[in-house]
Amino acid sequence: MRSSRALLGEALREGKAPAWQRRHVLDLDDFSLQELELVLHTARAMKDVLRRDVKKVPSLRGKTVVTLFYEPSTRTRVSFETAGKIMSADVINVTNSGSSIEKGESLLDTLLTVQAMAMDIIVLRHPHSGAPYFAARNLGRSSVINAGDGTHAHPTQALLDVFTLQEHLGSLDGKRVVIVGDISHSRVARSDLWALTRLGARLVLCGPPTLMPWDLLKGRRDTPGHPFASVEVETDLDKAIEGAEVIIALRLQKERQGAGLLPSLREYARLWQVDPERLARASPNVRVMHPGPMNEGVEISPEVAHSAQALVQEQVTNGLAVRMALLYLLCGPRELGA
Amino acid sequence: MAAGPAERVIMTAEEMGRSLSRIAHEVLERNRGAQDVVLMGIRTRGVPLAHRLAERIRRFEGVAVPVGALDISLYRDDIARRGPVPIGSTDVPVDLDGKRVVLVDDVLFTGRSIRAALDALMDLGRPTSVQLAVLVDRGHRELPVRADYVGKNVPTAQDEEVQVRLQETDGRDEVVILRRGE
Repeated sequence: MRSSRALLGEALREGKAPAWQRRHVLDLDDFSLQELELVLHTARAMKDVLRRDVKKVPSLRGKTVVTLFYEPSTRTRVSFETAGKIMSADVINVTNSGSSIEKGESLLDTLLTVQAMAMDIIVLRHPHSGAPYFAARNLGRSSVINAGDGTHAHPTQALLDVFTLQEHLGSLDGKRVVIVGDISHSRVARSDLWALTRLGARLVLCGPPTLMPWDLLKGRRDTPGHPFASVEVETDLDKAIEGAEVIIALRLQKERQGAGLLPSLREYARLWQVDPERLARASPNVRVMHPGPMNEGVEISPEVAHSAQALVQEQVTNGLAVRMALLYLLCGPRELGA
Repeated sequence: MAAGPAERVIMTAEEMGRSLSRIAHEVLERNRGAQDVVLMGIRTRGVPLAHRLAERIRRFEGVAVPVGALDISLYRDDIARRGPVPIGSTDVPVDLDGKRVVLVDDVLFTGRSIRAALDALMDLGRPTSVQLAVLVDRGHRELPVRADYVGKNVPTAQDEEVQVRLQETDGRDEVVILRRGE
């Protein structure tokens, strides 16, 4: 496992590159290690493009990308839009307000309409878990990228997380990574789980027991050989953080409080906030990540959020590189149909 | 003998060495020395060739010319037809503005790679001039591209494949022609 990156490098040098077969990117649960490494390798090349004076390459000339967002978002939508433009694709943005979605058009009809306008790649964010799968099943021609569906998955965020960590740590193999917060309702954490364990990280999940992803862990954690077999659950953050090399703090959605899943915000912050005192228990060069937007003073203290250990801004830049990589990998030959 | 169907050696290691030495001299002659010369190898096999040329220029003239690597994957015109290929890194050793860039590639065929390489290069800077050095020119151009330095002109049939093998990438130095199919 440790040498997966080296193996890929060898394959690339010999021109025996692993083939990319996917038409859609819906989640990372079925990504092989080699596929993950191919995306990360491609993203590294894309990051080089971002460092240049001329941030434009012609790879997706003549391709159209539509971002179809049924939920508010700034960073993810802008990131996909910018990624598409740097790759020379034409990018169209559709949000639910001001479009036919407001008139009650069904998801299927909107998708078919968009496909009929010869869109090559549809980037979909939807409040319902599974919506991108529905889209992929019903579209014969366009590719679908999941930009976040309900509480299910957010593959591009997880890819940018592991990309960022690889940049800092090299290999993730054996590294202690703590994810703290409302993991159960976090599509980011759920996709992170797949990506991080596949790359060999020792994952510790931390937060209120009511907010642990028991459904995802059930059956898998006690299956020997399953990537989740090594996942630990530790509700005490002081213990979880001991020796951690990476801490991923999740955004606490305040509406969970009403549902009786957690005590007051003050109580939550007291028990699970990533603050300087707790950070002192972690490894000396611990890195802190957060998918944003942050509730400073709730899941993360302002001091930590703006410390040198926080990689939040880098995550945003790397999100661009990872999304460029996926757009590039999805732009291959397409049989004309539909 | 190497495996594979109908393989014919058209350049031995010795011949390759002599060709590279001649090209290195020609580069120095054409540019009146090595002033402002930058060698940019096109990935994959143009890169070791560029390093070998730089080594010869250092021997002949005592000057170290910068060597870079150019990956043209993002500039190819057939991504949508043939699918994406894994991207290598592009290394630019110096600011290319005002430099005389010599592009180095192993085989010149349709000219499409060179078209892509020129576009990639222009996005990296504004060289004074761009020249092209290839180890083998096998003809069948589809674009108006011509090499300034050629190791060997080899007439080929469209369905033949010219393979440049280098110590660095393939464990030995030789150029062969493979006939596909039978």
